Amino acid sequence: MRRIISVLMENEPGALSRVVGLFSQRGYNIETLTVAPTEDETLSRLTMVTIGDDHKIEQITKNLNKLIDVVKLVDLTEGSHIERELLLVKVRASGAQRDEVKRSVDIFRGQIVDVTSNMYTVQVAGTSDKLDAFLQALGEHTIMEVVRSGVSGIARGEKVLSI
Amino acid sequence: MELLSGGDMLVRALQDEGVDLIFGYPGGSALHIYDAIFRQKGIKHVLVRHEQGATHAADGYARATGKPGVVLVTSGPGATNAITGIATAYMDSIPMVVISGQVPSDKIGEDAFQETDMVGCSRPIVKHSFLVKSAEEIPAVVKKAFYIASTGRPGPVVIDVPKDVTNPADRFPYEYPEKLRMRSYTPAGKGHTGQIRKALALLLSARRPVIYAGGGVVQGDGAELLTELAQALNYPVTNTLMGLGAYPGSDRRFLGMLGMHGTFEANTAMHHADVIFAIGARFDDRVTNTPGKFCPGAKIIHVDVDPASISKTIVADIPIVGTVQSVLRDMLDMLRESGEQPDQSAIVDWWRQIDDWRERHGIYTAPRYRTDGALIMPQEVITAVHEITGGDAFVTSDVGQHQMFAAQYYRFDKPRRWINSGGLGTMGFGLPAALGVKIAHPDSEVICVTGEGSIQMCIQELSTATQYHLPVKILCLNNQALGMVKQWQEMQYEGRLSNSVYEESLPDFVKLAEAYGHLGMKIERREELRDKLAEAFAIKDRTVFIDVYVDPSEHVYPMQVMPNGSMRDMWLSKTERT
Repeated sequence: MRRIISVLMENEPGALSRVVGLFSQRGYNIETLTVAPTEDETLSRLTMVTIGDDHKIEQITKNLNKLIDVVKLVDLTEGSHIERELLLVKVRASGAQRDEVKRSVDIFRGQIVDVTSNMYTVQVAGTSDKLDAFLQALGEHTIMEVVRSGVSGIARGEKVLSI
Repeated sequence: MELLSGGDMLVRALQDEGVDLIFGYPGGSALHIYDAIFRQKGIKHVLVRHEQGATHAADGYARATGKPGVVLVTSGPGATNAITGIATAYMDSIPMVVISGQVPSDKIGEDAFQETDMVGCSRPIVKHSFLVKSAEEIPAVVKKAFYIASTGRPGPVVIDVPKDVTNPADRFPYEYPEKLRMRSYTPAGKGHTGQIRKALALLLSARRPVIYAGGGVVQGDGAELLTELAQALNYPVTNTLMGLGAYPGSDRRFLGMLGMHGTFEANTAMHHADVIFAIGARFDDRVTNTPGKFCPGAKIIHVDVDPASISKTIVADIPIVGTVQSVLRDMLDMLRESGEQPDQSAIVDWWRQIDDWRERHGIYTAPRYRTDGALIMPQEVITAVHEITGGDAFVTSDVGQHQMFAAQYYRFDKPRRWINSGGLGTMGFGLPAALGVKIAHPDSEVICVTGEGSIQMCIQELSTATQYHLPVKILCLNNQALGMVKQWQEMQYEGRLSNSVYEESLPDFVKLAEAYGHLGMKIERREELRDKLAEAFAIKDRTVFIDVYVDPSEHVYPMQVMPNGSMRDMWLSKTERT
């Protein structure tokens, strides 16, 4: 099962490598990983998407909690939550293709953020599924380059992850 | 406030932490620290002959005393040589602080002379690590390192110190922090009362209970309380390899060790148990055999200070996270308050069954090895040493058959007496560990049980024993081969002894011991075994290397059947299977 685990950790050098190291050391998967400082500059927030059954996820969260640099963590997929991923994609767009691409961008509520006579750079934000669907709609042949940010997430309602 | 250089701060912080002993080896990046050590008095430094020896000696010291072992090494090869010993301590949850010199901060990343990324190299085998960025950080880092190493599930902590940080020319105000708060680290304390109550109720309802106690009971100083509980309930106890001594080995309730080379009665009782009370143990693969076949009828209570150990390989029915001491104390209080007792007739029947198993195949009810041959049997060497030392020695060991024979036949009555590398299985551990134990307990008998293979992996430490006058006994069960490897090759590879025999290449250990200034003794004849051993153990002021030639064909039994065996599937001898 796909899980989104969000981690607050000390904003120290080496903290990220401990988290990543734990995953390789214990044979856990990382699908996506994002990390950036929070409003409290001594803390970083790391969000990762991983896949595993309940037993594996329990081990992952326990072992993450064991890392000295990890202050707090939450499995966002345990409750209702909002997840977003950012996609930037360079698309071939010339002649009749230009309108076609633009329509797809509108349907997926994306934005064209850079243009040349032969291509668009498109930005789309949304769930990973939505981004997948958008790429599929564009079709392999038009895509020149894809970059995705990995998933960020936050719980719905008043629940917060803070210290 | 007093102004100190980084090097002096480091040494002062260690003193303020109560450290009086360091095992180490100097080198370029650590020289400012070594100079600071030269100029002080409170801390004794033991110069080993190889950094691996330093870590094992500190480890032995820590296991024998419960205090963190402290190691000081230089950068690069000094640091990498320490890695095996750090991993050994990590796998067995031993408190240790390893200080490594590092190249100057501005050289880090430039492939400087003797540079290695110690924080990176050690990352998967430490509880935590620090790279010191400035001298002002040193007191707080040292305080944190000792706190982390010795609380919760203990483990090694590395402090990597770039040389410029210890520069004697730069001085800073020194103050050792009295208190420490870490928002990201809260070791487990007391167990959940409700869970403990549930566990006790289940334990009292058991008809075929087994208490399965591991190294956590030794490390967590819970042996006395565990003994009290087991005796109050009259329940059988088995210990893991790491847990030997957590329950008195000579008590009738003790079933012996469990697992791969556990006793018939311990493994069989586990298999048939209806309630297993696991405490300070982690259901290691050398204990459970095939997890899917592990103790099919048992409900499992699992007490551990580390939540990640619970339900890792075997799912616990009643998990309890807490220190061994607090959980046992709470449980004993609840037991006394309730006044309840287990079903006596069920427990009497259970004991009758266990005693029958003991009678049939137990290694303590009759010798299960050959007693009429001309060759010395390794089991009788350990049995004789147990008698001669009154069962009261500190016994360290290396890894292999001799380790299993020592674990089976030196029946430890007290915790912290049996010191071996259980998790990592590090050959070379025994001798340096024995030196660390001897420094901690100079008036006690300290024996390193080893083999002619293992001893050669850290034999250089014989020289350390000379320099610091550490009169330990080295008991080498010499079978002229890598006994355990050979046993597996004989059992599983149709006797193809691939690279496990020494073919006349062994040194003369007697002369070797003498070359280091020690006493060497060789025992080859069965009839002289006891007298010679008694003679060796009468010598108290010298290191004695006792090279005992044992039957090279002997195997360690019982041995669980692998793969796909359950707890009760064992080889009992070369021809007999359960």
